[in-house]
Parts: sequence; C-alpha cells; structure tokens
Amino acid sequence: MSALRPDLAAIAEMIADGARVLDIGCGDGALLEYLSRTKHVDGRGIELSQQNVNACVARGLSVVQGDADADLAEYPSHVFDVVILSQTIQATRSPKKVLADLLRIGRHTIVSFPNFGHWRVRLSLLVNGHMPRTRALGYNWYDTPNIHLCTIADFVALARSSGAVIERALALSELGATHPMRPDAWGPNLLAEGAIFLLRAV
Amino acid sequence: MAELGSPKFLRRLEAPGVDQGRAITFDRPLVLDSGRELSPLTIAYMTYGTLNAGKSNVVLVCHALTGDQFVTGRHPVTGKSGWWETMVGPGKPIDTDRFFVICANVIGGCMGTTGPAETDPATGKPFGLSFPVVTIRDMVRAQAMLLDALGIHEILCVTGGSMGGMQVLQWAASYPERVISALPIATAARHSAQNIAFHEVGRQAIMADPDWKGGNYQLEGTQPSKGLAVARMAAHITYLSEAALQRKFGRSLQNRNGLSFAFGPDFQIESYLHHQGMTFVDRFDANSYLYITRAMDYFDLAADYGNVLAEAFIGTKTRFGIVSFTSDWLFPTSENKRIAHALNAAGANVSFVEIETDRGHDAFLLDEPELFAAVRGFLNSAAASRGIK
Repeated sequence: MSALRPDLAAIAEMIADGARVLDIGCGDGALLEYLSRTKHVDGRGIELSQQNVNACVARGLSVVQGDADADLAEYPSHVFDVVILSQTIQATRSPKKVLADLLRIGRHTIVSFPNFGHWRVRLSLLVNGHMPRTRALGYNWYDTPNIHLCTIADFVALARSSGAVIERALALSELGATHPMRPDAWGPNLLAEGAIFLLRAV
Repeated sequence: MAELGSPKFLRRLEAPGVDQGRAITFDRPLVLDSGRELSPLTIAYMTYGTLNAGKSNVVLVCHALTGDQFVTGRHPVTGKSGWWETMVGPGKPIDTDRFFVICANVIGGCMGTTGPAETDPATGKPFGLSFPVVTIRDMVRAQAMLLDALGIHEILCVTGGSMGGMQVLQWAASYPERVISALPIATAARHSAQNIAFHEVGRQAIMADPDWKGGNYQLEGTQPSKGLAVARMAAHITYLSEAALQRKFGRSLQNRNGLSFAFGPDFQIESYLHHQGMTFVDRFDANSYLYITRAMDYFDLAADYGNVLAEAFIGTKTRFGIVSFTSDWLFPTSENKRIAHALNAAGANVSFVEIETDRGHDAFLLDEPELFAAVRGFLNSAAASRGIK
C-alpha cells in the first residue's frame, strides 16, 4: 500500500485505537483502510461517487453511496466516536447544516478544507482580476465543485457559532507538512494552504 | 426427528445422472404466519463445497420466485446450468473451494419441497388450493429448521437476489445472532403496489386458463400451460429494461422480410417472450406460482416492527451489503437505499453499492464484473472477520 497523503496521516494521528469512525466523502477508502489496519477502528464511509463506493466495498470496507447534504439527517445522534469530513465541506450545499449534523452524530468531528485566505489566492485575485486557480484549487469558476469556499477565519467563526469547541487546529503547508496553529492567529490564515480542525460539540 | 432421503420431482429428469441433492422430512409441523400448520414438511436442498470443522464457513443462498436449490452445476430436471452459475462455484465470487453453500427450495415451491403440487396426507390428493398460504417469514423458518437439523447454527453469509433478498432481510431480522453477514441483492423490504399489480396479472392469467380447473388440474389431468406461459411472459418484461430490449431486439422481425398483417410473432421480441413462456411451463407448477407470488406480495418487513424499518435491525451485529442496479425498475435503487438508510439509522454495519447496467432486474443473474467484485470483497471481509481462510 502506498503512503497515506500527509493531511490524511495527520487526521489518522488524531484518532484513538478502536474508535467508531464515520468518514464522509471517503473517496476510494484509503484513510478508512489505513485506520482499520493500523488503529483497528470500526469504520464506515459515505461516498458520492459510485465507482469509489464499489472500490471500497471490493476492498472490504463498509461504505454507503450517498451525499453529506442529503443523508446525514438520517443518522442517529452520538453513534460515532469520530466523524471525518475531509476536503469536502467546501463542496456541500449547506455547510452550516452539514457541520451541525457532524457535531450531532459524532462525539468528535474532524474537518479539513483548503484555505481560501492563502496569500496565493488573495494575490491571484488582486493581480489577475480572475477567480483564483491555484495548485490546491485548480478549477475554473464555472466548473468547480467547490461552491462554498472559506478561509480559516471564516471556518473558525462558523464552528464557534455552531457551538463547537476547537480542540486542535493544524495548518497544512504547501509541502504537505502540518503545524499546530492558534485558530485566531492571522499568520496561518495567510500562509496555510489548508487546515484540519478537531471539534467537539459543547 | 427428521428423516433424510432423496427429493421427488414432479417432472421427468433431463439429466438423471447428476446430483439431485437431498430431501429432509420433519415429523414436527411448521406453524405458519396464517396460523395453519404444515405437516409433514419436506425440504429439498443442495449443498456445494465442504463444511469446515468449526461449521463456520456456511453461505446460505436464497432463491428467487422461479429459482430453486440448483444454484450451480447441471440441473437434474432441466439439464441446463444452475441459475447462479456465474456467482457460485470453485474460484467464483461465492467460492465453493472455501465456503459451504446451502440452498433450499422454498416452501410452496415445486422442486421437491412441500408445495401445492404435493399430496396432502389428509386426503391422499394433491393439495392444490387447499395448501396454506405461506409468507417469506415461513420460508425462512423452514430454512432455519433445515439448518438446525444439519447441526449448523452460524451462517457466515446469507445472500440472494429479488425474493431471495427478501429472505435475506427476514433472516437478519428474525435470527440476528445466527447471521454474521447479509448480502441482499436487488430487493426491497416491502413489495410495492406496482409489483403486487404485476403479480396479480400473472395470477389472473393462470386462473383464467380453463385447464387450471380451479386449481385441481392435477386431478383433472390437465395443465394450465397457456395461463402460466402468459404469466411468465408478463413477468419477464419486468425483469428486463427498455434499453436492454431495444439493444437486443429493437423492432427486428423474426425470420421474415416484412410485416405479416396477422397476429403471428412478427417481431423478435414476441418470439423471445413466447420461448420464455414455453420453457417455463416445462419446469414450473402453476399453483406454486400463485403461492410464491402471494408470499412476495405479503412481504412488508417494517409492518412487524411498528412500521419503522430500522426497528427490525436495532442492536444487530450483522454486517450488511446491499446491491442495486441502475436500470432495475422492479426493485429500484430507491427501495434498496431505503434498506441502507434504515440500517444506518439502526447503527448497523452497512455497505451499499449501486451497479451501473442497462440489463434491468435480471442483472443479478448475469455476468456483471462489478457485482462480482463487490460480492467477493464483501464475502472476503466477512470471512476475514471470522478467521476463515
């Protein structure tokens, strides 16, 4: 098996051995497989792409075809130790509702997303006058699935207004390294390409 | 308590030399959902592969409406291949080199298990319509009696498509402690109004045949072949899809250059359906068709649990894998997804796969590589969880 992507490895590091985990937007199941192999988690996934779901089931994972906007409401409360939403919240129709569902379903919630406050994004819009296209955000404005992009500061504000406690915050650098950050600091909001938050409902 | 023997078949055997499986007769009655009792009860079944020492490698296959216990290999009655030859066998997704596969003919059936064509010991005549109406749950109870008699408690995986999938769901709801994993394919937790409607068309076709004789055709020496063939033709359309019919047949004519301006089979699709009807009456009993379609119509799993499907699965440890097909309009993805949602709500361990195909409901019987990969992966993972190599 190839090495886990650095941001996924950082997420995996936050998860306790044997936890019940729901990975929303689990892709081809790389993280879930890693977690069940190394941390013996009881893992479940939700994935939009049917091809990815089939790949997950073929590798023995428990994954349901569905999407975060429509299907999370069906899940009972507090059934998972950790709910993961990796690089997906910016593509949901109702990020606020999705986050509320995550906080309800899991005792802990991990959210990672690309930072629209990164200096390259800001500079690109300022200098070029076009919607930014960067390495992390490579789409045109008219075909991007990322319909609700936010900055780190934006996400922190949403998390707090949703009644979440921020237990950990990590900045993702351009090289894939992760560094602990203070959620309110202005530096990471300018310099981090993405962020990972570990949240807990109050 | 139970006596083991060879099954008796209604029809002449096309392949008398092949394995005919076993039949077990119970001296205690099966109490049915209707309140009536079925006694004596005989269950005809086939097994494939070898039961391991721990009796932990059992895969129970549940057959569909017109299926039977001859899952794979040559069928003794028809002489053709078993209905799930693509799925079950050495090295196949349900690998008989690893797993001990059991399939039993359902009660009400006509391949050796007690059904309306059998002789009623009380009268010495065939049951006909005096046979009690049975349900999916009755079928599952009968299978549980069979497994008990075989000394098998735990089922590694119970699987089947269509009506087989209904039995899978019933197994998981009725005997959660016995079912390690459940793999219902192209099914529903309730039979829809549209599906009941199609079944009623089939039943009315059978009963409208003068040779049906009020269900007493065996005594009268007739066969309601025309009615049964029409029932099969109508049903067969529901197993396919518009796209598949168009691709396979279109408006192609059958052995002619132009329209006949008469009512013979001008079109290939017509002669295909005729063929489906004709071959079916050679192997199936008309009254069995009435009883088994009725059992499907009566199936509504949530009804036994206050109309909340999730309640059927609360606290279950069973792993579930649910499969649907995009072009299946008889048991559409929405019905299968409803099961997945209920299982999620019950906190169960569930996977759900929708497979892209234009072959309609019948896709579960056909060569569908994505289906095979999903079944293989699901079964491997269940086997690994029980330490089965």
